[in-house]
Amino acid sequence: MITQLKHARVFDPAHKKNGVVEDIYISQGRIVAKPADASKISTSLDLSGKVVMAGAIDMHSHIGGGKTNIARMLLPEFQASKHYSEPEAHICTPGCSHFATPTSTETGFRYIEMGYTAAFEPALMPVNARQAHLEMADTPMIDKGAYAMLGNDDYFLRMLASQQDQKAINDYVAWILHSTQSIGIKVVNPGGINAFKFNQRRLDLDENNRHYQVSPRQILQSLSRAVHELGVSKPLHVHCNNLGAAGNFQTTLDTMRASDGLPMHLTHIQFHSYGKEGDKQFSSAAAEIAEALNKNKHITADVGQILFGQTVTASGDSMMQHLNARHANPKKAVLMDIECDAGCGVLPFKYRDQNYVNALQWAIGLELFLSVEDPWRIFLTTDHPNGAPFTSYPHLIRLLMDKSFRNEAFAKLNLDAQAMSNLLSLDREYSLYEIAIMTRAGAAGLIGLNDRGHLGIGAAADITVYTDQADREAMFSKPDFVFKNGELVVKDGKVVKVVWGATHTSKPAFDVSVEKDLSDYFNKYQTMQLANFKINPDEIADDGRGSIVVHSGKHLS
Amino acid sequence: MTAANSPIPTSHHTCPACGLLCDDLPLDGHGSISASFSCAKSQRYFSQAATAQNQLASVDGQACDLNTALAAAAKILQNSQQTLIAGLGTDVQGMRAILPLAEKCQATLDHMHSESSLRNTLAMQNSGWQTTTLSEVKNRADLILAIGTDIVSSHPRFFEKLVWNKDSLFNKGTPHVVYLAVDEADTQAGVAPDGTSPTVLAADKKALPAILNTLNALCNPAYAKSNKAASVAGLSMAALKALLEKIQAANYAVVVWSASELAYPHAELTVQSITQLIAKLNEQTRVAGLSLNSGDGDISVNQTSTWLSGFPSRNRFQHDQVSYDTQHFSTALQLKSCDALLWVSTFNPKPPPDFAGPSIVIGHPNTLFERPPAVFIPVGVPAMHDSGTLFRMDGSIALPLKKLQASSLPRLVEVINQLADLMP
Repeated sequence: MITQLKHARVFDPAHKKNGVVEDIYISQGRIVAKPADASKISTSLDLSGKVVMAGAIDMHSHIGGGKTNIARMLLPEFQASKHYSEPEAHICTPGCSHFATPTSTETGFRYIEMGYTAAFEPALMPVNARQAHLEMADTPMIDKGAYAMLGNDDYFLRMLASQQDQKAINDYVAWILHSTQSIGIKVVNPGGINAFKFNQRRLDLDENNRHYQVSPRQILQSLSRAVHELGVSKPLHVHCNNLGAAGNFQTTLDTMRASDGLPMHLTHIQFHSYGKEGDKQFSSAAAEIAEALNKNKHITADVGQILFGQTVTASGDSMMQHLNARHANPKKAVLMDIECDAGCGVLPFKYRDQNYVNALQWAIGLELFLSVEDPWRIFLTTDHPNGAPFTSYPHLIRLLMDKSFRNEAFAKLNLDAQAMSNLLSLDREYSLYEIAIMTRAGAAGLIGLNDRGHLGIGAAADITVYTDQADREAMFSKPDFVFKNGELVVKDGKVVKVVWGATHTSKPAFDVSVEKDLSDYFNKYQTMQLANFKINPDEIADDGRGSIVVHSGKHLS
Repeated sequence: MTAANSPIPTSHHTCPACGLLCDDLPLDGHGSISASFSCAKSQRYFSQAATAQNQLASVDGQACDLNTALAAAAKILQNSQQTLIAGLGTDVQGMRAILPLAEKCQATLDHMHSESSLRNTLAMQNSGWQTTTLSEVKNRADLILAIGTDIVSSHPRFFEKLVWNKDSLFNKGTPHVVYLAVDEADTQAGVAPDGTSPTVLAADKKALPAILNTLNALCNPAYAKSNKAASVAGLSMAALKALLEKIQAANYAVVVWSASELAYPHAELTVQSITQLIAKLNEQTRVAGLSLNSGDGDISVNQTSTWLSGFPSRNRFQHDQVSYDTQHFSTALQLKSCDALLWVSTFNPKPPPDFAGPSIVIGHPNTLFERPPAVFIPVGVPAMHDSGTLFRMDGSIALPLKKLQASSLPRLVEVINQLADLMP
């Protein structure tokens, strides 16, 4: 039983295929070589003229877990209004509002309908891992995975403060990956969420947490070294200190320097590229950030583009979200301190193109996309739902690929913001090949998904087929076909078959004796037993729908 | 080897009897807890489950096999134009099964405690809130302010586990406890192990709106200065000012309330006054809220319903859309217009409310009825005969419920799924 996709125009950057016309063969969920015996081909689909890419991978999207569900619960008015925007939500235009808090079911459907076959929850709080996996288990169609948050948990900060050696830290980090069924490690406002619990209101890179007397720099270095030494493919995922604050680009540059040459991923970097020039003391520092990214080849970033309309920001960064709560629209905010582990802040946000700051944020994101030279090191995200719902990706892709469309949108912005942006001078237009890098090959490579994000022999047959259209938004909104593990699941932008994806994890080896001290810690200070903290793989394979894929890490020389 | 005749390790067994979800019970494999254990609620939960009475389903009070009962239940649902699924005393897995059935039936859903939990939900949906979780309380709280609740009636081990704990991460002293609008007689749990008495600001609970408004106003220095009233609801202005100063002086004050104790109209506004006060005080110092839940899976049902349907409790499937109406979808109002009731209560043997139409009850085997429902299907009791997942009162932690004993009782999830399969 082999399916043949004939005359596909293939964009497969992992194999340097830039529009090569060829046939693809699928058998048992995988891409296979051309069969010697043509009679084995049971189905053949003529894709002449169609653009074919691997299924897209969203490497940063808040799809499951406590704060996502708080956002849903906080905003019943969003749920009530979504019926008006369906199905037009797939075709977005500047100023249109999307549905920022989809249910778990809708999340899977909307992703696959756009040709995305995997999404990664970037802020799984270890004590909340069970909820995150429950929600992701209820997310159909796509593969998923999560980055576990560390660096504000009291267990780790105690280790750092008592100067435990790197090996002990490494063992703890590996134990967290195993216990929470995650594929990477994230740090949010290093040390800041914890410091907020001690009533500190801001934390700079070299400012100490009042209680532990350790700095964000130490936290970053310790965690990035652990991730690196454990051989975890996904570099430490860093949400820098001072999110959203004017002038924070300096912190971002300093954070890059603090990496000491070890791989580091700076997430939603748009929110961390702000200067404080001009009358309003808020300006674009995209040029400085892009220059630093271009120079520092060991650093990657995703943008976290904002798009205009109503959304909700859901972040682990309780410290900065508490400061931002005054900008909430509608005016409400849920802020939590959670379990000596981390925290969260959820507040609705309405980005308006006539608002100076919002308009400039929009421009800064695009300036970054267009000024960072290497598409393998910059990723297409809106930090769903924080900058915009993920359903606006096709619109964002058009902004990147279509200069006149972009410039028309720019001309509608707040005039003061226009005066503070160099966007019109950036002529770059992304190619299909570059889009395929950012949303497929690059993302898979970054996370360490060896059999995803490309169309080589042996790869999982996650394949998206588009009709080449000048209107890239229309094109990327509605693929002709999407195959998930070789099964045809979307036809003409609509789901035709419901499937359930896998959960991707990374499980580096570690010294199990790490549990001795952890067990004592849980007994003394936590309010659940260590055994119940850990997520049993069976919990994810529950109901026979879910499954776990363990990815081997990179091999260290 | 079955659990029924040999004690199994139960040291991690989660107790669903209250929202604390303790997992450190001295429980043996037979479901009995050592008599010296501090929590009567937990003992009652497991002993009740261990003596499961009805093993058989029934139709109109006549015992029958499961398939007969399922067929009768399916017939009722098929004939119904407007179904109410209420009670919802279940966990995550139960709610995962119930929602697709509700969609098939185009039913209205309401949890048995939503009258209480909505006071919180509405306040949160209106203005948000700033809250904390149990381990933060245990390690950071140096002041506990209990508003309108003795805490221990609903959450018996609260002080034992989270306030009088000897070990804490930051070497805080023994927390001071303040009761506001709680009878003096109900404040014994707040006496510290060293004998230190709590501060008691006794007042009528119904006066809480006025008291909380005053506390909020006193945070405004201009008002505090110009105010001429000497007291509110019997509490002196000086005492209220002293309370605010105490909170401001604390490193991490935790304000505890129980929505179920605020049983008067528009009590969501009282919750909002509490959360506004917390937000105001957080401008300078750290204060966090902690709401006590009512139980019977209330938090789990809201969480699961929200990620699957978009809304917490009091929602409805109609015309293939989900709607949310915290007023009209109440059990009390729906019972006046619905033509079939499916009542679910697995944790406690809670019978359904009076209803003139046909009732299907899927629940605790010890449920007693004044008159038999059209269909009764006893199912396994969670954490005794059935496994699952339950959310703790603070909403951030979900813990596994494990099966302790083999049982002939069917699982709720299986019964609901089979029922859904019988629906067109």
